[in-house]
Amino acid sequence: MRIIELGASVTASNDADARALRMRMRESGVLLINLMSAAGSGKTTLLSRLIRDLKELRVGVMEADIASSVDAERIEALGARAVQVHTGGMCHMDAGMTAAAVEALGTERLDLLFLENVGNLICPAEYDTGAGKSIMLLSVPEGDDKPLKYPLMFRESDAVIITKTDTAGYFDFDQERCRERIRRLNPRAEIFPVSAKTGEGMEALERWLREALREWRGAEAARPAKGEDADA
Amino acid sequence: MHEMGIVLHLAKTLDETAAQEKLTRIGSVTLSVGEVSGIMTDLFEDCWNYFRGRHPLLKDAVLKIETAPAVTFCGSCERTYPTVQYGRECPYCHSGETWLLTGNECIIKEIEAEGGEEQEE
Ligand SMILES: Nc1nc2c(ncn2[C@@H]2O[C@H](COP(=O)(O)OP(=O)(O)OP(=O)(O)O)[C@@H](O)[C@H]2O)c(=O)[nH]1
Ligand SMILES: [Mg+2]
Ligand SMILES: [Zn+2]
Ligand SMILES: [Zn+2]
Repeated sequence: MRIIELGASVTASNDADARALRMRMRESGVLLINLMSAAGSGKTTLLSRLIRDLKELRVGVMEADIASSVDAERIEALGARAVQVHTGGMCHMDAGMTAAAVEALGTERLDLLFLENVGNLICPAEYDTGAGKSIMLLSVPEGDDKPLKYPLMFRESDAVIITKTDTAGYFDFDQERCRERIRRLNPRAEIFPVSAKTGEGMEALERWLREALREWRGAEAARPAKGEDADA
Repeated sequence: MHEMGIVLHLAKTLDETAAQEKLTRIGSVTLSVGEVSGIMTDLFEDCWNYFRGRHPLLKDAVLKIETAPAVTFCGSCERTYPTVQYGRECPYCHSGETWLLTGNECIIKEIEAEGGEEQEE
């Protein structure tokens, strides 16, 4: 017997799967977005709103759930392409499961592809899914102390959406204090207060998503392709 | 079912290492598990023992779990303190603006294995 020192995270194999999926998504030109939050924060409601608002974009959704199919049905009813992923009891999506779901849905004729992760503030943040962007929802009723309790997800997110702002009058959620806590954990995170119910604040978020897609494709086609600089 | 997911990833990482190093058998796996990683070590061992029975490379692999201490940083007084003892409130200045520095990780420290280039002999 010999001893081999590894020092690798147990999820090292996941990181390799995630890199491979990200590369494939880049080639396909589809921006994969990992959407995370606690159970019931409003992920499916937000996605429904985005599908209605982002009319010029072709949006696909992968709904990860431990067992039910209600979320995928809600999305399909809006005319978007959706697939339900049953995680078989697993409390998070990993890159391998995400790649299988992407395979099942197909990436053709899509611009944005959302992964609605399992509702859970802890372990989804520990697994790179292979997404180009990760965003999380924190709803007003959950409280402004969540960045202190679940720092990892706030650190891993490119954007934090503070949602259900229409309920602010009923809760003691201090938005400024919450922003400060998020900024200390993750200064580069964009913060968007929205209500998926009234539509308040959605525009800024939608602008950010469009810009993220442009960037994703720009990086992919950074070389000639466009024809602008290629005039003879 | 978080623990079973970790076991699957662990096995995959070990398979890849075994292929690289041409290992034929793994005798033990030592993990360093953070105190507040949320991993239930008893449950983890049960999952491991269930899984290794159906995985030839890991059939005899004993799991050794070492605990890594959790340390929290206080944003108000900028000191660090042991998380498990004091929780989220800083024991020096009683601020609640605190962040976990380490203690959330799960790392494969080392494995004992047979096969490949036995360097000692
Ligand atoms: N007032 C208000 N309610 C909202 C808002 N967004 C979602 N809700 C409500 O919150 C509840 C949960 O919303 P969902 O969209 O199903 O939440 P989810 O995160 O997809 O839930 P899971 O998939 O079960 O984790 C529903 O009753 C929604 O109507 C909002 O902006 N304002
Ligand atoms: Mg949902
Ligand atoms: Zn999990
Ligand atoms: Zn302090």
